[in-house]
Amino acid sequence: MAWLVVRLAISVSLLYAASAVFEDQVGKFDWRQQFIGKVRFALFDTHSQASKKLLVATDKNVFASLNSRTGDLFWRHVDKTGPEGHIDALLMYGQDAVVVVGNGRLLRSWETTVGGLKWETVLDTGSFQAAALVGVQDLVKYVAVLKKSAISLHDLSSGSQIWGENLPDSDSVQYQTIYSGENGLVFVLGIVPNSHIVIVEYKIEDGEIMNKKSVEAAWMSSLESSCAVVSSGILLCVDQITQSLYTLPLQSAEQTEMRQIHLQMLDLEVASGFRPVLTSTQPNPAQPPLSEFFLQLSPDHHILLQFKDGLIALLRDFSPSYLAAFATSGERTVAAVMSPKNDTACSINLFSADTGRKHLDTTIIYHMDPNGGKPNRLYVHAFLKKDDSVGYRVMVQTEDLTLTFLQQPGRVVWMREEALADVVTMEMVDLPFTGTQAELEGEFGKKAAIQDGLLPMVLKRLSSQFILLQAWLAHLWKLFYDARKPRSSVKHEVTIDILSRDEFNLQKMMLMVTASGKLFGIDSKSGTILWKQYLENIQPNSVFKLIVQRTTAHFPHPPQCTLLIKNKDTGLGSLYVFNPIFGKKSQISVPTLPRPVLQTLLLPVIDQDYAKVLLLIDDQYKVTAFPSTKNVLQQLQDTASSIFFYLVDSSQGKLSGFRLRKDLSTELIWEVVIPTEVQKIVAVKGKRANEHVHSQGRVMGDRSVLYKYLNPNLLAVITESTDTHQERSFVGIFLIDGVTGRIVHEAVQRKARGPVHFVHSENWVVYVYWNSKFRRNEFSVLELFEGAELYNSTVFSSLDRPHAPQVLQQSYIFPAPINTLEATLTEKGITSRHLLVGLPSGNILSLPKMFLDPRRPELVSEQSREENLIPYAPEMPIREEWFINYNQTVSRVRGIYTAPSGLESTCLVVAYGLDIYQTRVFPSKQFDVLKDDYDYILISSVLFGLFFATMISKRLAEVKLLNRAWR
Amino acid sequence: MIVNDFVCQSGDAVDTDFSGFSVPLEHSFEVDDVPRFRLRGALQLRGGRENSVYLSQNQLSEKDRSTLKDVAAVDGLYRIRVPRVSLQVDRQTERQSEGYLTTFVRACSLVESHLSDVITLHTDVSGYIIGISIVTIPGSCRGIEVEDEVDLEVFNSTISVVAPVTAPAPETAPYIERMEQEMEKKGKNPQEQKSFFAKYWYLILGGAVFLMATSSAQTPPGGAREQS
Repeated sequence: MAWLVVRLAISVSLLYAASAVFEDQVGKFDWRQQFIGKVRFALFDTHSQASKKLLVATDKNVFASLNSRTGDLFWRHVDKTGPEGHIDALLMYGQDAVVVVGNGRLLRSWETTVGGLKWETVLDTGSFQAAALVGVQDLVKYVAVLKKSAISLHDLSSGSQIWGENLPDSDSVQYQTIYSGENGLVFVLGIVPNSHIVIVEYKIEDGEIMNKKSVEAAWMSSLESSCAVVSSGILLCVDQITQSLYTLPLQSAEQTEMRQIHLQMLDLEVASGFRPVLTSTQPNPAQPPLSEFFLQLSPDHHILLQFKDGLIALLRDFSPSYLAAFATSGERTVAAVMSPKNDTACSINLFSADTGRKHLDTTIIYHMDPNGGKPNRLYVHAFLKKDDSVGYRVMVQTEDLTLTFLQQPGRVVWMREEALADVVTMEMVDLPFTGTQAELEGEFGKKAAIQDGLLPMVLKRLSSQFILLQAWLAHLWKLFYDARKPRSSVKHEVTIDILSRDEFNLQKMMLMVTASGKLFGIDSKSGTILWKQYLENIQPNSVFKLIVQRTTAHFPHPPQCTLLIKNKDTGLGSLYVFNPIFGKKSQISVPTLPRPVLQTLLLPVIDQDYAKVLLLIDDQYKVTAFPSTKNVLQQLQDTASSIFFYLVDSSQGKLSGFRLRKDLSTELIWEVVIPTEVQKIVAVKGKRANEHVHSQGRVMGDRSVLYKYLNPNLLAVITESTDTHQERSFVGIFLIDGVTGRIVHEAVQRKARGPVHFVHSENWVVYVYWNSKFRRNEFSVLELFEGAELYNSTVFSSLDRPHAPQVLQQSYIFPAPINTLEATLTEKGITSRHLLVGLPSGNILSLPKMFLDPRRPELVSEQSREENLIPYAPEMPIREEWFINYNQTVSRVRGIYTAPSGLESTCLVVAYGLDIYQTRVFPSKQFDVLKDDYDYILISSVLFGLFFATMISKRLAEVKLLNRAWR
Repeated sequence: MIVNDFVCQSGDAVDTDFSGFSVPLEHSFEVDDVPRFRLRGALQLRGGRENSVYLSQNQLSEKDRSTLKDVAAVDGLYRIRVPRVSLQVDRQTERQSEGYLTTFVRACSLVESHLSDVITLHTDVSGYIIGISIVTIPGSCRGIEVEDEVDLEVFNSTISVVAPVTAPAPETAPYIERMEQEMEKKGKNPQEQKSFFAKYWYLILGGAVFLMATSSAQTPPGGAREQS
């Protein structure tokens, strides 16, 4: 037991040393990537020729400026999540970007070079409809914001409201768009669906209604989606049923109905079932829009049309064409059209907008990623070259949220994988061995080797040793070769082919599953994306579960991961099996899942190919095994009576346990029902399967041992009360054995509310809740002990553990809100544990578990000091040096993933949210690694010095002895 | 934790003017492992501030005993169940129970423990029974043959009701009290008020003496070297 005490003492004493990163360690083993999300608005700064700014506003409520040469962020503003921070509109004029935020709640103007806020105005309540810049005599001075029942005009330089008016008949008319041309008027367009449209003219100076008229339009249901303003104030609408275009001059007083122009007259036809789209362009808000516009007739058919003197002329027919966009540089407006070239590539060409003529030598070839999605947005940045011709670059956004920035003739300038802004789940997989290492492994792995006999075995061993020697020499040569080169030119390009496990297994493959259904394989050391795979037809509300069925340890069998994709509404699932190292889809036949999947279970049972067996339980409690070979089914039959699983139905508050039968059906064996009238189950968590607990007990001050209650089947169930009154609300904690359904412990935290974050590990549960009485966050820790004696020290069985454990609990105040909680994990579980707390500020706090110990004494005694227990203090400290990500904050951190490395001291950590941050933590410091600045020269010179000193002194002693003998 | 234990041998003398109510405790043990629940006994529940429970149960018949032994031989399950009820009598009427709470124990361990089992009923904060658990003492199955039929006649049950414990909140008041006491102690103790020199005079003096001693010792002894 003494060594245990010593180890404990060492780890404790180490713990108190600073755990922060030194300045020279910054970026050495950690990296951060920042993302923005799916782009909704993107505007290029065309204010000056040399500008590199690209302003984007995204669905993640992020407003950012990108460097269009590199794709890096100049600056980024992350607003509140949800509708409160939703960016409704982005307008840009000169150096200013005007943003409407939160369904028309705020109007903000940003300085685009440094991203500073110029002004902010709180708008009147009302749901946002549209916003537009308003110009007077070639100068843009105002911005108009249209709400459901009001319009207001704001000064562009100060944000002050010039005027605000209520809209007439706003309860019956849906006002949807706003238009301002050159003539000092603001037009507000509204619609009474399938009846008529309403046009109200406001005077810019004082908001006086100049004119108001209504025009019959019985076919129209929405202005926004079917109309556009072209030329000098001509409202142009398209209707797919009558297959015609309608025009109406906004200002003319005499024309009281829309003029119909049949598409047939232009020899055009809208594809059946497709809603045609009109795209017009207004290069300068102070001037009327161009008279040219795009009409999209089918998903791959665009037409450039021109409105002139009341007539519509066809300029050019683009068929097939996926995307089309206008861009303006100076006085010249061009249209870029993306058309398919072949199966894997698209070509983008530039056409002059006013004639439809193709610009020569302007083709950009866009190669589509075979593992990616189709392009769905095109943003064009046009600029004038020195010879006055128009050059351009394009940014393409695809379905899988990849932003690709291209320039002629098809060079990819940069790429951003914005799907990573929404990581749902992740895993880390060990990298495979190199070929030579694998060869050596294979020598022992093959069963045939035994039959080979002695001599071939020796030969094989010699040959593999020779290969190793060869590899080592090659490695030395490479080191030597690299050392001669200047440091900057040595580039560490990471590719899949050279990836191999390092000495301490610190470099791993990160598998990330994103909400858009794109999978990524990322090198954990550098953050390089090694492979990506877009899964098409993923419903937006799918839930994912990633399971590692076979690790890289079973050469020559490739590692295998399975992704269960489940539709949240129907519950129907499908499996996607792939190789986590290369991202290749596996050829293994996958079981079809005709019924909704309720639960999955990864068994330690392996098939003959070393893949762990995955059990899927459907809503009729039938079990499907994957893989389901004969071998597996045989093993399942043999072990069926010891395979238990549980189901949770939070809508009925029911937890139920099942046992597998030999025929893969199941039987209900226990049921616990928590009435939903009082409390609702919010979360259930077991322990991590790859967790190791090194010590069975804790040594107390009096040298006795308190044994931990280490039940691997224990479930922590958290409930929240339905009554949310601050005095009566509570959070319930149930510890339930997943095999027998026995309630091991049951506690209520009074005057508490969710959201509850919790970690369940070893013999403890830590949870965080909101104390509604004192209005603060609190931590509580539960630890379970068997007592001074173990019931059965050799094996744990839930079926044979009759005595209930002792439960100790203590609570603490935590002086910060919390986003997520996770515990560190190491290879053998010797290192002390830390809790990783993701804070809303973006910091990740590494909190020693020592501070969350229910045995912290009120009063210090000799024994508690012996045990190194910290005296109880109600408030949990937050120390700046405990932030593992120093200033590399992770915006909206949503999850933290921890994985053990080959070094016992080191735990790999990935925090993901809007950003991704990867680092290593050393909860007990690096006790098994020499420091980076370890003085090898000193220690070796001392060693050599001592060696020679002994040699010399030995010689001298001999001489002296000889002399004495002669005396 | 509110636990009231009552050990009941076999129920013939049940208090009739018991103010609680009674629910059946059913059990099932079948060789084919398809549950068919039969009455094992009656649970007398009494709600209120101190939940209490009494169990009156029947003896196992000859047939049951042999079935139980057969089930134990094939490692079958012994299941029990109670209906979902509230311990609060007034709520009993307003919400009729639907469904049961079930649990199990290995039949062999029940046999080997000579029918000594511990049954625990768990309630939630409002007194509804949410779960039942059964363990036998000892809980292991060693394959010991139980010869004596008498051992399997009568249940030796311990039954209890467990309500959730209230988890502790951060204890600020005792901490502040302790802090204040320490402050007071510091204030009272004159030793703490002493000046730096008053506190550490012996260390300083000792250090000075040591320094002097070492500086005087630096003059080499001389004779030692000449001897070799």
